[in-house]
Amino acid sequence: MDILVLVKAVPIVGNERLGADERVDRTVGLEANGNDEYVLEAALKLTEAHGGEVTLLTMGPTAAQEALRKGLAMGAARAVHVIDDGIAGSDARATATVLAAAIGRQRYDLVLAGADTSDGQGGTLASAIATSLDLPYLSYAGRIELTDDGRGVRVQRLSPTGYDVLEAALPALVMGTQVLGEPRYPSLRGIMAARSKETTTLSLADLGIAPDRVGAGAATTRVLDATPPPARAGATVLRTDPESAVAATIDFLAARGLV
Amino acid sequence: MAGPVILALAELTDGQPTRLSLELATLASDLAVAAGGTAVAAGIGPRAGNAAPTLARHVERVISVEAATEADAPAAIVIASLLAALLEQQTADIVLLPASPDGKDVAGMLAARLDLPILVNAASVAWADGRPVVEMSAFGGRLVTRSTFTGATGIVVVRPGATAARERGSEGSVEVVDLEAAPDPRVTVVERVVSAGAAVSIDDAPVVVAGGRGVAGPEGFAVIEDLADAFGGAVAGTRAVVDAGWLPYAQQVGQTGKIIKPALYVAVGISGAIQHKVGMQTSGTIVAINRDADAPIADFADLLIVGDLFEVAPRLAAAVRARRG
Ligand SMILES: Cc1cc2nc3c(=O)[nH]c(=O)nc-3n(C[C@H](O)[C@H](O)[C@H](O)COP(=O)(O)OP(=O)(O)OC[C@H]3O[C@@H](n4cnc5c(N)ncnc54)[C@H](O)[C@@H]3O)c2cc1C
Ligand SMILES: Nc1ncnc2c1ncn2[C@@H]1O[C@H](COP(=O)(O)O)[C@@H](O)[C@H]1O
Repeated sequence: MDILVLVKAVPIVGNERLGADERVDRTVGLEANGNDEYVLEAALKLTEAHGGEVTLLTMGPTAAQEALRKGLAMGAARAVHVIDDGIAGSDARATATVLAAAIGRQRYDLVLAGADTSDGQGGTLASAIATSLDLPYLSYAGRIELTDDGRGVRVQRLSPTGYDVLEAALPALVMGTQVLGEPRYPSLRGIMAARSKETTTLSLADLGIAPDRVGAGAATTRVLDATPPPARAGATVLRTDPESAVAATIDFLAARGLV
Repeated sequence: MAGPVILALAELTDGQPTRLSLELATLASDLAVAAGGTAVAAGIGPRAGNAAPTLARHVERVISVEAATEADAPAAIVIASLLAALLEQQTADIVLLPASPDGKDVAGMLAARLDLPILVNAASVAWADGRPVVEMSAFGGRLVTRSTFTGATGIVVVRPGATAARERGSEGSVEVVDLEAAPDPRVTVVERVVSAGAAVSIDDAPVVVAGGRGVAGPEGFAVIEDLADAFGGAVAGTRAVVDAGWLPYAQQVGQTGKIIKPALYVAVGISGAIQHKVGMQTSGTIVAINRDADAPIADFADLLIVGDLFEVAPRLAAAVRARRG
């Protein structure tokens, strides 16, 4: 049971900023995308129960190593880092192309991806990658287990009213959510062990992708402008007794037509 | 020369378009007017024929495709296969998809199948210089970007509230199209589990009352539910309360939960951590109840009531009920 986990290194939430080229500045501190840590935790639990190894796969700049280091310290066996100057500014389509090519070069039974990223493609990459690799796709997982014969995967897909139980034969791609469970903290031993784990780097040339298919030059979408939203006026603060605070709140809401 | 075709996917539940789908149909109509083109809504799902007249009040042309999305294949896979087949017969320049779980799955599948560019998280869409201009909130609401496609075609994934659903005052045409779905036979739905007493969805509720760790336990949530009930709103919460098991994940607001934009968001016993803030800070009005006047939420609320939530919230519920009659 070998599992490939797609981890994106995103700017630390709250610190994001644009570079001069109106693209997300990825030279600042990066961290593993929150949802990707949940699926990594699920992957580690699955390999602990059924054997096999977890490999991390990321596409990103040098600073993405930080996210890989943490994942290795949590218990992944190795990491694959797709890194190439030509990748900067890639749109969703190019990102899917690169990740699909990189996945195609790994050995795996299961690929896991996060439900979405704090700086990314709004949760559309996982289904795009599964489609281009023609892998069975199961999404919004709140729980992932193997089928009884061990040859398939069973997923609880969260629905607006509960969940659906989905099954597919392996290999498959599963997109997972926070409901999978709190990610573990790396232990001291894990952090030490991570130092000797291998990270393979892959370039566009290694993946056989022509540079003109990806990166800013090939982008099919373009940011026209970016501006801060109109600032909120600042809070009206009520520090009186509850009765008068409530009366003032009703006046406030009524003035805005909200009650 | 005819202008661009703007096609909106309508998701159906209980034989009716979802509210978000009606918003998309209206958006398609508005964009078609601005672009001098045509708007089409494709209603794909079970009892599509039943849903078509409602759609036809919002858009000039409806394509109705009956599909058993409740059978043993996941809905998104069925819809993506039908939409791809439809787009072979019916050209569309811009495809609007709902930012629902199925809509986002369909978006990725369609983008890969048809090699289309994609813009996600649209908070609004306008038309300028022959292209859609998609506004989205980035970096947890600290920035608003406007983006477009470099070519003439693409998929836009649209969030709730980008526009208000509006009837046009005339009835659009309805075409029934028979298409054979080709779902992935390798993926099957073996069971659908419906939890008892599923709550009002927070996605498009005009008023959302959210509780945080300050409610101090599952019983404390009764106060939140009562206040939501007084407003006629939906109940939400922070990850802290979801992790604690006091609320289902479907009601979590924030980075790894839902991003919502109600007219009124009432945050009760919520500190306002950045990961929570990104899910609600574009709400119309934010009212917070917190005993700590220095909690981070004070920085982005419109009204902060400093006090004990157990003293304030029940009184506020009573006052709202008295006011609403
Ligand atoms: C990867 C990642 C993803 C995350 N995603 C999310 C997410 O999607 N959504 C989310 O919400 N969080 C998310 N978090 C967690 C987030 O960082 C915060 O921990 C969480 O939002 C805090 O929840 P809270 O405000 O309920 O609790 P606390 O921060 O503990 O705040 C409780 C507040 O209640 C007030 N209070 C206590 N008692 C009372 C009382 N009696 N009366 C009035 N006020 C009272 C306190 O003053 C305090 O301000 C995420 C974290 C990580 C690392
Ligand atoms: N650059 C990347 N490297 C590795 N995985 C990625 C990358 N971008 C996206 N992913 C994966 O795809 C998921 C969905 O991303 P998105 O659609 O951009 O929100 C993430 O949670 C990751 O698992």
